[in-house]
Amino acid sequence: MPTAVNSATYAAVPIGTVPTTLTINGETRTRAIEPWTTLLDLLREGEDLIGTKKGCDHGQCGACTVLVDGRRINSCLKLAVTLDGANITTIEGLGQPGDLHPLQSAFCDHDAFQCGYCTPGQICSAQGLINEGKARTRDEVRELMSGNLCRCGAYSNIVDAVLDVIGEKA
Amino acid sequence: MNRFDYARPASVAEAVQAGAGEQVRYLAGGTNLIDLMKENVDRPMTVIDINRLPLGVIEELDGGGLRLGALLPNADTAWDARVEQRYPLLSSAILAGASPQLRNAATNGGNLNQRTRCYYFYDVATPCNKREPGSGCGAIGGVNRIHAILGASDQCIATHPSDMCVALAVLDATVQVTGPDGDRSIPIADYHRLPGDEPWRDNTLKPGELVTGIDLPAEDFTQNYTYLKLRDRLSYAFALVSIAVAMRVEDGAIAEARVALGGVAHKPWRSTEAEKLLKGQQPSPQAFGAFADALLAGAVGQGENDFKILLARKGIIRALKQAAEATPQSQTDKRVA
Ligand SMILES: Cc1cc2nc3c(=O)[nH]c(=O)nc-3n(C[C@H](O)[C@H](O)[C@H](O)COP(=O)(O)OP(=O)(O)OC[C@H]3O[C@@H](n4cnc5c(N)ncnc54)[C@H](O)[C@@H]3O)c2cc1C
Ligand code: SF4
Ligand code: FES
Ligand code: FES
Repeated sequence: MPTAVNSATYAAVPIGTVPTTLTINGETRTRAIEPWTTLLDLLREGEDLIGTKKGCDHGQCGACTVLVDGRRINSCLKLAVTLDGANITTIEGLGQPGDLHPLQSAFCDHDAFQCGYCTPGQICSAQGLINEGKARTRDEVRELMSGNLCRCGAYSNIVDAVLDVIGEKA
Repeated sequence: MNRFDYARPASVAEAVQAGAGEQVRYLAGGTNLIDLMKENVDRPMTVIDINRLPLGVIEELDGGGLRLGALLPNADTAWDARVEQRYPLLSSAILAGASPQLRNAATNGGNLNQRTRCYYFYDVATPCNKREPGSGCGAIGGVNRIHAILGASDQCIATHPSDMCVALAVLDATVQVTGPDGDRSIPIADYHRLPGDEPWRDNTLKPGELVTGIDLPAEDFTQNYTYLKLRDRLSYAFALVSIAVAMRVEDGAIAEARVALGGVAHKPWRSTEAEKLLKGQQPSPQAFGAFADALLAGAVGQGENDFKILLARKGIIRALKQAAEATPQSQTDKRVA
């Protein structure tokens, strides 16, 4: 049986909300979500997880990057209802003050940010890069971090921080 | 974004049934559709979430080809060991596009069906025959740096922005679709169309039809190939011009060469007629130049994009050289060898 469908004719449910269960940073929550809500807006406005940033809202900057079942995506272009059952990790779930994730520490050590606006997206993206296991060299890290823009231009230090964590010489 | 009804069918049959209505859109990765809905360029009444359909796999075909599921993400396709080994041109083209995050969400079916990046198409305050038939074309005589140099019409000069589809054109892929009238197969060359006097039609998919997969025939273009993408920055930018080449070299001569261009037309641009010029030739700048002139025959600039004609000519020559020498363009080290 299809979900979110109310009759044998498979007509769509009327305009309204769709019950959706998401595990966000380890905590499972069921919410009635309007289908036009993006994951980004749900996180920031519905769940008060404002670590994830909205830069462009059009997939062009990477500030909204989060991990869905361990894969990095742009949360601004993903409708939350489509993720029913998924496991979502945001910057808040990676580490907290006093218990930093190795990437967070490396970003501090390498001075890999200035204003910090792009940083949560950079770090979630870097964790996605590590999960993918495709980047080893500096060129590869540069290319596979290219979905995250940094208007402050901290790029070279960001690459150093990521190389540090994947165990390559920065 | 407008309000809409949301449906999540569990089978292809249910999806096609739900897809038959008016103002219905299939939602795959959402990286293009949600973007267009945010700009009010697309305003579906019903969104059918097809992400739970069992179309996210790669299957072996009889005869040695592969069927790429419509819902398999672009990243998983490019990094699949079978695709990497047997169709490195396709892996390379996919990895040249968008960003790692986008490729994780974007699907093969969605990539085929992505819409143009024409600025006027995206801006609902301006005329656009593709978005609003009969309203005019803002790009003709307007800002048209990214627009077509081949196959355009006096109603629309948009380009198809996909990288993946340029490789599919060279690989003679076939698009598998299902719909209200049953299943059919569409050769990639007939899938996308030129704008003509119906610029609102990007492709030959009929209303309600769903792409289920993309078939790659068994081919051996694992040595002499390249995907060369020329753009304003080295990553995370659409092609101004891109060139996919697959070649067979025997005893130092070109036994077969296939070339398709991206970023220059409403569809990947390929001419099997022009490709005959390369057959039997020794690789040389002269032979490549003569071919480039044949492939670009009839090219016209629109003003801001005039540079694309020369860029394409030089790019074709360079890409043919890369393919002939079995030194495909790296998508990591962006220096053009
Ligand atoms: C910032 C940015 C940069 C990008 N850069 C590039 C680039 O350099 N190169 C490149 O090639 N692409 C690029 N893209 C585009 C990206 O590749 C496409 O958005 C993506 O491939 C679309 O796939 P999707 O699954 O997200 O499709 P969706 O957004 O879900 O759908 C797109 C369209 O296809 C239709 N559709 C989807 N699946 C099916 C199906 N199975 N059958 C029938 N219709 C279907 C939908 O109804 C919709 O109209 C970029 C996108 C962004 C946002
Ligand atoms: S080029 Fe095509 S898509 Fe762009 S404004 Fe003209 S009609 Fe619209
Ligand atoms: S806010 Fe999502 S990519 Fe910019
Ligand atoms: S640190 Fe300011 S945008 Fe990256």
